[in-house]
Amino acid sequence: MNAPTNKSINKWMTYLSPVLVFAVVATVWHVVVVWLKIPSIILPSPIAVMKALWLERLVLLKASWVTLQAAAVGLLCSAVFGSLIAVVFSQSSLLRVALYPYVIFLQTVPIVAIAPLLIIWSGNNFRTIVLVATIISIFPVIANVTSGLLSINENLRELFRMQSASRWQMLTKLRIPAAVPQLVLGLRISSGLAVIGAIVAEFFVGNSGEYDGLGTIMTARQANLKTAELIAALMACTCLGILLFACVNLLGATLLRRWTRTSGFESDK
Amino acid sequence: MGPTLLDAFEQAAKTDSPIIACKGIQLTFGTGAAKQKVLNDLSLEVRSSQIVSLLGPSGCGKSTLLRVVAGLIEPDAGEMMVDGEPVSTVMSKSAREKLSFVFQEPALLPWRNVWQNVMLPCQLRGTHKKQETIDFVEHLLNLVGFQKSDWRKFPSQLSGGMKMRASIARAMSTHPTILLLDEPFAALDDMLRSKLNDLLLAVAMEQKCTMLFVTHNIAEAIYLSQAIAIMSQGRIAERMEVPFSFPREAGLRSTSEFAAYYGQVAASLSRGNS
Repeated sequence: MNAPTNKSINKWMTYLSPVLVFAVVATVWHVVVVWLKIPSIILPSPIAVMKALWLERLVLLKASWVTLQAAAVGLLCSAVFGSLIAVVFSQSSLLRVALYPYVIFLQTVPIVAIAPLLIIWSGNNFRTIVLVATIISIFPVIANVTSGLLSINENLRELFRMQSASRWQMLTKLRIPAAVPQLVLGLRISSGLAVIGAIVAEFFVGNSGEYDGLGTIMTARQANLKTAELIAALMACTCLGILLFACVNLLGATLLRRWTRTSGFESDK
Repeated sequence: MGPTLLDAFEQAAKTDSPIIACKGIQLTFGTGAAKQKVLNDLSLEVRSSQIVSLLGPSGCGKSTLLRVVAGLIEPDAGEMMVDGEPVSTVMSKSAREKLSFVFQEPALLPWRNVWQNVMLPCQLRGTHKKQETIDFVEHLLNLVGFQKSDWRKFPSQLSGGMKMRASIARAMSTHPTILLLDEPFAALDDMLRSKLNDLLLAVAMEQKCTMLFVTHNIAEAIYLSQAIAIMSQGRIAERMEVPFSFPREAGLRSTSEFAAYYGQVAASLSRGNS
């Protein structure tokens, strides 16, 4: 087989292969469910799931919108407060040493364990969901931005020192812009975590009627043994995660355009 | 550049009081067993508008000396004067403003375009909005060979040579009296290097700038400077006056005199480091 043919097949395969994989998995799933006569409460067939997805589309869309808002606001809070904490850390090594263990606590705390506590304090509402999403997604921002603010190229630091630059100028003109790529990197990791945080918090908020997110819907469907609907909600969760991640990637690419653009490269004359 | 400018340049070079004066500079890095003398009783004088090259092998303390002159590193002992003012890491703003530094890498800020990068030192000093600054930066960018259409380009769109040109323009943007250069062309190919050598000379002549140029390339040291200070083991082993006249002739590098002098400098260099 010659090279061009190979290349065109590859191009087709890029779009086709994930769809093919899905088709194969769904077929195997269906065959297994039918052959082994698995009860639909344990594992519904993919057709039942698709049916549930269609029937529940409005409920799921509405719930996804609620959860997306909570996750996005949580991610935004992580970006803002995480960056502020990182700026404080970059300015004082004493504060950094004193507070870093507590930041690591944020990373290691089992969110499932403190979510009930947060609900007692803050109530069955949107604010609590945002709080949990923020707590779970803030660490990558703090860690990445702090390292971005501190690991400045030696020559650039000397350049600023040669101009007797003040601490403030050093921070605003050098450290903060230099840390933008690290912020984007941190947000990429945090976007997935914020969705997880929002859904986990919604599990605990429960189906009290005050709040209806994907997590609350999932707990309700589970209680009613509506497995097909549960899996449909799960699919909505996955789509939500991908959507938020894609938004962050798009934002990052826009922010970092200056770093990476290579069009119009001209040789030295 | 006209003859009057050249006269002024040579006349300034003849004045007696040195603009850079280091005396008995001592500097040690590390402690205990890892202790290493980097600068050892080093003395060096550079007169106004003179171009002096510091030539020596890697690790002989050239770049460190340059950072001591810049006030970026505090020596353990010795006197360091720049234009009559003492230099230290806590030196006065007015003293520091006379100095400018060109690094081995272009060290441009990737989020700023060429214009903003060259303007940066003026911005840090708060002079970037003055019309004279704007005019001067425009003039500098033309001088180092930037087309107006390239002023808004970002470093990621520039070649290595263009980045270095921007870096030189940035160093000159604050009218420094003394320009310190730390092997700026080491990473460039020979063709580009000799082109940028001529460019640097043109800039120095026009701005009547004193230059201390660190290099380990003998031909570059001869071509650029009026005097070569050969460094070895943390001190100046020998100082040689370069016998060629300014401005440099185009074919100077291929003359037999240049080759003969090259041999002389190379011999001194290996003598100093044997």
